[in-house]
Amino acid sequence: MTSLANYLIISAILFSIGAAGVLFRRNAIIIFMCIELMLNAVNLTLIAFSQFLGEQSGQVLVFFVMTVAAAEAAVGLAIVIAIYRNKETVHIDDLNLLKG
Amino acid sequence: MVTRKNAVSSALLLVVTFCFLAGIYLTLQAQFLAVVQVAVYAGAIMVLVLFVIMLLNLKEERFSLTGNWKTLLGVLGVGAICAQVIAIILLSKDKIPQTISPKAAVQGTVESVGMMLYQTYAFPFEMASLVLITAAVGAIVLAKKKLQ
Repeated sequence: MTSLANYLIISAILFSIGAAGVLFRRNAIIIFMCIELMLNAVNLTLIAFSQFLGEQSGQVLVFFVMTVAAAEAAVGLAIVIAIYRNKETVHIDDLNLLKG
Repeated sequence: MVTRKNAVSSALLLVVTFCFLAGIYLTLQAQFLAVVQVAVYAGAIMVLVLFVIMLLNLKEERFSLTGNWKTLLGVLGVGAICAQVIAIILLSKDKIPQTISPKAAVQGTVESVGMMLYQTYAFPFEMASLVLITAAVGAIVLAKKKLQ
C-alpha cells in the first residue's frame, strides 16, 4: 500500500516542475500549461489528504479547482490570441509595453 | 514537458502527464475525479491549448536551459524549494495518516461526490457555473476581431 508521504512527494515534484517551467520558458502558451501542471499537483495533494483522512470536502474542492482551471484556460488563451493579433508574437520578452 | 522546444510536443507530453495523474487518482480510489481529469484536462483544456498553438503558427522558441547564470540560479532555487518540501514531508511522516481511510472507496464514487456537491456545496456549485459562463463570454469577447 502506498503511503500518504509518497503521494505528497510526487505532488511536490510535479509542482516544482511546473514552477520551473513558469520561470524558464518564454512562450506564453507553455507558461499556461505549466500553471495547469501546478494546479494538478495541488489537486493530487487535496485528493490524497481527502482519501487518507476520510474527509470528502477535499474532492469537492478539487472539482471547483478544475472548474476555475477550465475558465482560466479559456480566458487566458483568448488573451494570448488578442496579444498575438496585435504584436505577432507570444514571446513574453517581446511584451514589454508596461516598461514605458 | 518543460524542456521541449516545440510547443506541440510540450502539449502532448502534458496530456500524457494528465492521464498518468488520472491513474494515480484511481490508486487513491477517487474514480469520479479520475474520469473528470481525463475528460476535462486531457480532453477539453488540452484540445483548446492545441488549437490555439496551431492557430498561432509559432516559431521555435528561443530559450536555453544551460549556460546562463540566471537559469542556474533558478534551477537551484526551485530544487531547493522542492528538497525543502520533501524534507518536511519526510520529517513529519509519523504524524500523518499511514493507511488509506476505510471510507475512501465509498467517498470516491460519483454518487457520494454528487450528494455532497448538491447538498452541502449547492451554492458554490451554482457559483461555479456562473464562473464558467462569465469565462465563456469573456473569452468570446476577447478573441473577437473588433469590438463594436
